[in-house]
Amino acid sequence: MAAGSLRGLVSSDSKDQLRFITCGSVDDGKSTLIGRLLHDSKLIYEDQLQELARDSVEHGTTGDEIDFALLVDGLEAEREQGITIDVAYRFFTTPRRSFVVADTPGHEQYTRNMATGASNAHLAVILIDARKGVLVQTRRHSFICSLLGIRHVIVAVNKIDLVDYGREVFDRIAGDYVAFASTLGFTSIVAIPISARYGDNVTRQSNNTDWYHGPCLLDHLESIDVQSQTADLPFRFPVQWVNRPNLDFRGYAGTVASGSIAVGDEIIVAESGRHSRVKQIVTYDGELARTEAGDAVTITLADEIDISRGDILAKPTERPEVADQFAAHVIWMDQEAMVPGRSYVLRIGTQSIASGSITAIKYKIDVNTGAHLAARTLTLNEIGFCNIAVALPATFDAYEANRRTGSFIVIDRYTNRTVGAGMIVFPLRRAANIAWQPLSVGKTERAALKHQRPCIVWFTGLSGAGKSTIANLVDQRLFAMSHHTVLLDGDNLRHGLNRDLGFTEADRVENIRRAGEVAKLMLDSGLIVICSFISPYKGERDMVRDLVGDGEFIEVFVDTPIDECVRRDPKGLYTKARSGKIKNFTGIDAPYEAPSAPDVHLKTLGQEPEQLADLVLNCLVTRGIIVLL
Amino acid sequence: MKYITKPEARRLPRHLRRLEAESIEIMRDVVAEFRKPVLLYSIGKDSSVMLHLAQKAFYPAKIPFPLMHVDTTWKFREMISFRDQTARRLGIDLIVYVNQEGIERRINPIVSGSALHTQVMKTDALKQALDLYGFDAAFGGARRDEERSRAKERIFSFRSPGHVWDPRNQRPELWNLFNTRIRQGETMRVFPVSNWTELDVWEYIMLEKIPIVPLYFAKERPVVHRNGTLIMVDDERLPLAPNEMPELKMIRFRTLGCYPLSGAIESDAATIEDVVAEMLIARFSERQGRLIDSDEGASMEKKKREGYF
Repeated sequence: MAAGSLRGLVSSDSKDQLRFITCGSVDDGKSTLIGRLLHDSKLIYEDQLQELARDSVEHGTTGDEIDFALLVDGLEAEREQGITIDVAYRFFTTPRRSFVVADTPGHEQYTRNMATGASNAHLAVILIDARKGVLVQTRRHSFICSLLGIRHVIVAVNKIDLVDYGREVFDRIAGDYVAFASTLGFTSIVAIPISARYGDNVTRQSNNTDWYHGPCLLDHLESIDVQSQTADLPFRFPVQWVNRPNLDFRGYAGTVASGSIAVGDEIIVAESGRHSRVKQIVTYDGELARTEAGDAVTITLADEIDISRGDILAKPTERPEVADQFAAHVIWMDQEAMVPGRSYVLRIGTQSIASGSITAIKYKIDVNTGAHLAARTLTLNEIGFCNIAVALPATFDAYEANRRTGSFIVIDRYTNRTVGAGMIVFPLRRAANIAWQPLSVGKTERAALKHQRPCIVWFTGLSGAGKSTIANLVDQRLFAMSHHTVLLDGDNLRHGLNRDLGFTEADRVENIRRAGEVAKLMLDSGLIVICSFISPYKGERDMVRDLVGDGEFIEVFVDTPIDECVRRDPKGLYTKARSGKIKNFTGIDAPYEAPSAPDVHLKTLGQEPEQLADLVLNCLVTRGIIVLL
Repeated sequence: MKYITKPEARRLPRHLRRLEAESIEIMRDVVAEFRKPVLLYSIGKDSSVMLHLAQKAFYPAKIPFPLMHVDTTWKFREMISFRDQTARRLGIDLIVYVNQEGIERRINPIVSGSALHTQVMKTDALKQALDLYGFDAAFGGARRDEERSRAKERIFSFRSPGHVWDPRNQRPELWNLFNTRIRQGETMRVFPVSNWTELDVWEYIMLEKIPIVPLYFAKERPVVHRNGTLIMVDDERLPLAPNEMPELKMIRFRTLGCYPLSGAIESDAATIEDVVAEMLIARFSERQGRLIDSDEGASMEKKKREGYF
């Protein structure tokens, strides 16, 4: 083939990519539509068609005709059940554009998958069954698309053949949609009457709808301008990786999230506020004078300043937010419910935040109606508007202003599952405005006066394991040695400070959070703080450990087998729990997560409390907390 | 100082620039977050693209991870010489791993059949190699457009101990925020070219002038007809039926694997430009020539669950 004729075949420089999502429920014909787009744009190969014809006979729902839905339902389970259960990505291309389609299920229980598909899409094709019109699910799909920042919508009124290609039906549905979507902030809404099964107005104008003069679906997908102008936004460069091949080169590798920057421009590191100038913009293909949103480059600076993964470079005149508290929409994605106060790992851009927690759920949102409801926790597929606190200040923008720097994911510390996704709405100034009151007399001075090193000795274990007995002995011995101590007991705290709390997971987390904060205040006053709490979750024990300095938290695991605790049953609680009179009882119908590496591990079987208390005191000696005289 | 002043002046179309940047971002994330990554190098065109992207991602540094080839000992001879030449050209560590137990058991694609051969010499071998070297992240060149079950694969594909993939329990992937956290014994497979299509790959190879194995280009090669496919007689190990005579035909390959399992296509496309032109009018998918996928409908999903790429 001559090179000249090839030039017409390969993509032109201006060919770009559009990523869109299709939303619709099982019966709306979503998979059929995608199959049809692929087929009519000649992107299905003959061997795939043959396979499809075979499958249509075996699993199909369209009688003797080819069932295009089977092209896109990939997993065995889906093909067997005729439903889509996960996000699938499809690809097709025309001379003008290449398309990536996120095909997601539309049921309420798959909100998580729809959000996933929408997160990288710039446009949504929302299917409506012409016979049914705008339904609750249409509202749900539109709301999620809007929340995830999609600004362009195509309303595909499908199965128009089944309403005799009726214009009135189409006009009514289009009108209904535009009316209800007015609050969702879409920039463009285009309604198109289609039949995915027969191809009307999918890739070519249909003769059956001569009253419709708008574009067919593919034409519109090819021509719509969805460039969200990310190059015009303020410059943001999240540093991904520090490139140091030798002592003479130190470059910051990353992808420009928004805006643009040129060699010589002044930049700041958002969090530290340090200044420098761009020295080089390095790429494998040569140095650039300027770089903009979407480019993966390596930037070197004129000055040696401390920058690492997670830092964001910006221009001094257009700074992102830096705060340790913010308000955000959070979509919960895990079977295990979100618990306010629990410590999670957050990833915001390239920043990995070791500890963040939801401090308050202002409300949760009914995805079908948009109504705000009160909530104490978020379960799978629920969306809440929450306050979030992170251990160290994070750099971000509002999601509405910048999708790349305003989004985050929530990861469970122990299972490492991605349990939530968030979109930041605004920073909370309360933390910023309440500066720490400098105290003239500090922990060290207070402790020195008492001739001791303060610490928290935290006893954890099942109910009836012997925590309080041993803690009490330790307290007596320390007191006898003239140490200044205090004993915080779970039961006692529940009579006062924590009397509003029950025994659900959320309340247990809050119980420990408060106990931890109180213990910390007492630690700061120079005391040896002895705490006795079942504290069943690793997460909360670690949260308390993180509150205080290195070596100030000593975890004592009072390890008594459950059978022995039941046998002892000093408070008669196991008997009640077993007969169902107490709910959420640790070890019976609520879990206990044993410490994997406690500072002191007390195996109580066959031991006297005095011996066990000695072990704890020995640990305090070896840690240099106390001195045996 | 010489600058490329206008981004438009680059030869790549915008959609390929976007795909390239996305892949580079993924590779950098892996190097920043994992202890010991490796690039699984299959010598095919997708691997060649991955290698090229890795050079770009870490420039001016050298590629900060080794290549590993799981060798079934049945690859085309030209693939092996291309592999060794590539490692030398880039000055990069190359690990070649062969499942010795499989060799001792005389597993091969001809007598053992493609399913057992793939299981022992590819899937088991890959798992053994990853465990042996303690790699915690492995780059693969799989694309979502290749096959139905791959369309739902994550870019960061989590594997529990034993390299098990559970399609019903995958981590959701939103925006460009990948969850890279794993525990001891768990690993991650990472697919930086997930969102590329076969055509994107070919166009990119052409525009970036990326070296690929010559088997992708048409040439007269000795072949025999078997079950409707053309099998190249690459060495004397391929047993011939008494009346079977290899004949010379102008052929090339769209995908490469073990030579007795790779179907050739008749073609005159001898240059990369010809190949791209042929791609644009192709009527069959690239996997059609790949015998290991057609054993049964959901076979790729099944293989993946067992730890195959």
